[in-house]
Amino acid sequence: MRIFSILRMAARSINRNKLRSFLTMLGIVIGVAAVIAMLAIGQGAQNMINSQIASLGTNLLMIFPGAFTAGGVRSEAGTASRLSEDDAVAIKAQCPAVMYSTPMARTSAQVKAGGQNWRTSIYGAYPTYIKVRDWDLESGVCYTDADERGATKVCLLGQTVITNIFGAGANPVGQIIRIKNLPFTVVGTLIGKGQNAGGQDQDDCIIAPFSTIQKKLLGATYAGNLLASAVSIDQVEEARQEVNQVLKDRRKGSQGDGVDYTIRTQTDISNAANQTAQTLSILLASIAMVSLLVGGIGIMNIMLVSVTERTREIGIRMAVGAKGRDVLLQFLVEALVLSFLGGILGMIAGAGVSWIISKSQGWPISISAFSLLLGFGFSAATGIFFGWYPARKAASLNPIDALRYE
Amino acid sequence: MSQPIISLRSISKAYVMGETTVNALKDVSLDIHKGDFVAIMGASGSGKSTLMNILGCLDVPTAGSYLLDGIEVSKLSRDELADLRNRKLGFVFQSFNLLSRTSAIENVELPMLYNHTVTPRESHKRALAALDIVGLKERAHHFSNQLSGGQQQRVAIARSIVNEPVLILADEPTGNLDTHISIEIMAVFQRLNGQGITVVLVTHEQDIAQYAKRNVVFRDGNILSDALVTEPRNAATELSAVRS
Repeated sequence: MRIFSILRMAARSINRNKLRSFLTMLGIVIGVAAVIAMLAIGQGAQNMINSQIASLGTNLLMIFPGAFTAGGVRSEAGTASRLSEDDAVAIKAQCPAVMYSTPMARTSAQVKAGGQNWRTSIYGAYPTYIKVRDWDLESGVCYTDADERGATKVCLLGQTVITNIFGAGANPVGQIIRIKNLPFTVVGTLIGKGQNAGGQDQDDCIIAPFSTIQKKLLGATYAGNLLASAVSIDQVEEARQEVNQVLKDRRKGSQGDGVDYTIRTQTDISNAANQTAQTLSILLASIAMVSLLVGGIGIMNIMLVSVTERTREIGIRMAVGAKGRDVLLQFLVEALVLSFLGGILGMIAGAGVSWIISKSQGWPISISAFSLLLGFGFSAATGIFFGWYPARKAASLNPIDALRYE
Repeated sequence: MSQPIISLRSISKAYVMGETTVNALKDVSLDIHKGDFVAIMGASGSGKSTLMNILGCLDVPTAGSYLLDGIEVSKLSRDELADLRNRKLGFVFQSFNLLSRTSAIENVELPMLYNHTVTPRESHKRALAALDIVGLKERAHHFSNQLSGGQQQRVAIARSIVNEPVLILADEPTGNLDTHISIEIMAVFQRLNGQGITVVLVTHEQDIAQYAKRNVVFRDGNILSDALVTEPRNAATELSAVRS
C-alpha cells in the first residue's frame, strides 16, 4: 500500500471527527508545549547565568588570601593577607599560561562631584584590569602604566556611579571627582555590565591605578587579592596550576604550610550554577514526561474506540485483500498523524507561552532547534508507542466477524 | 471439460461452541467451471454461509481440499488468503458494505489499494471502466451514502470486478432491495456472466435463483440437490418488457 494513500486515509478519518481528534491531540499539545516552554525557560535561565559569569571575564582566575596557619592554629580566611603586588608581577613573569595579572586593592568611600555624593566601591588595579575582566570603555581612555608608576590620581567610572553623580547619560570624562577628598580626574567610563551571578551591581564601582589606591587611599603594603587571566579558556586549568606553583615557591621557608591563598576560576562558579540549572531542567522534564504520558493514553483510548467503531470498515478492507499489516499501518499512521499534529500545535503553543512568560515576567527565553526536535521526537514516539496496541488489535480481527459486526 | 475454477473435495467445517461441536459442512464436494452462474440455496443453518466463507477464502475448512483456480487454499496463511481474495475474488454483500462518506470511485478503487502491481493512474482508469460497466460512470464522485440501494449495490459490483477476478461471490445481493431493483441487479450479473465471468450467488429466494444457470440446494450441511436450470429467466428482457 502506498504511503500517500495511507496518509490520505488518516487525514480523512481525523477530519471526519474534528472535535474528537482535537481533544485527543490536546494531551500531546499540552505535553509538547510544556517541553518547549520549559526547555526555553530553562535554557534562557542557563544562558543568563552563563552570560553573567562570562561578564566577570571567562578566563578569569581569582586569587584570594586564604587561611593563615601558624603552629597548628588555623585562623579565619583572609585574616592575614599575604598576597602582594610582587606576587602578581611574579605570576605574570613566570606563568606562560597567564596573559595578564594584576593586584587588587579594594575599599569603599564616599565620592563627591558637583554637589552630589555617592558611596561606592573603589578598586585599585593595573591598567590590564579591564582586559582581565573583559570590560570595554564607553568613552575616554584607560589610565596607563605611567599613571601606575607615578600613582597618578586618575580613574574610570562605572555606569551606576555616573548616573548617581552626574546624571544618566552624562559624559564625565575630564571632570574632577573627589574620593575621600582627594581629587581624581575621570579619564574614561566603563560600559554597563549589569548584575553578576550573585545579584551584585557590577557597575557600582570606580577603577583607579593600584599604586594610587594602595598608597594614597589605603596606605597598605599588601594586595587585597589578585586577578589573572589565562591565555585562553582551555588553559584556565593550566594557568591555575602554574599560579599555584609560583605562589608556593615564593612562600618556601615561610611560617606555616605556605599555602595561605585560594585560587578560584570561573569553571568552579559556573559548574555550581549549571548544576542548579540542570536540577531545574530535570524537574521540568519530568513534568513534561507525565503530560506526554497522559496525552499518549488519550490517543490510545480514542484509537481503541475508533477501531471498534470501524470494525466493519476493517472487515470490508480485509475482504477485498487488505493484509494484517495494511490495517496495522493504517491505524498506526492515523495515531502518528494525530500525535504529530498535536506535536506541531504543541510547539506553537509552547513558543507562545514562552513568549508570554518572557514578556510578562521579564525572563529571558531561548527556544533551540534541539528543544523543537525533542518535542517532535517525543510526540512521534508517543504516537507509535500508544498507537501500536489499537492498531495491532485492528489487524488481528477476523474478517468474517468484522464483516458481520453491527 | 476444462479444469474447474472451484473444486471442493470432501470439505468439512466444524465449529466448537462451548461443549458442543456444530458440523456446518459435512463432506461436501462441488465443482464450478469457468463461465458458470451458480445459485446456492438453502434455509438458514443449512451451511450455505459457511460454504460462502470458505469459497471466499475468508475461512479455511476443517478437513478436505479446496482448489481455487488450481491453488490449494485449505493450507494457506492469513496473508496468503488476503492476497488470493484480492487477486482472484470479488465480493458482493447483502448490505452493500461500501465505505460510508467515501466517493463511489474510491470505493471501487479500494481493492487496488492493496494490489501493488496497479499504479494509481491505472487504478483510477480501471475503476472508471468498472463503474461504466455497471452504468454509474456519471456518479463516480458521489458519496456512497448519497446513492440509492440499487446504485450502492452496483458500486459494490463494480468494486468486485475491478481487479479482474476469476470469480464473483454474491451473498444475498438482492436481500435488501425491492423486486424491480433486484431484477436490475440480476441483469448486471447476467451481463457480466455473459462476458465470461463466473458468478456464485447465495440466495434463499427461489425467484432470484431462476436467473442462474445452475442451482445447488443445501440442507443440514449437505448438498440436497444440484441441477441445471432448464430455462433461466432473462433479467434484461423482463426489464425491457416492463418499460415498454
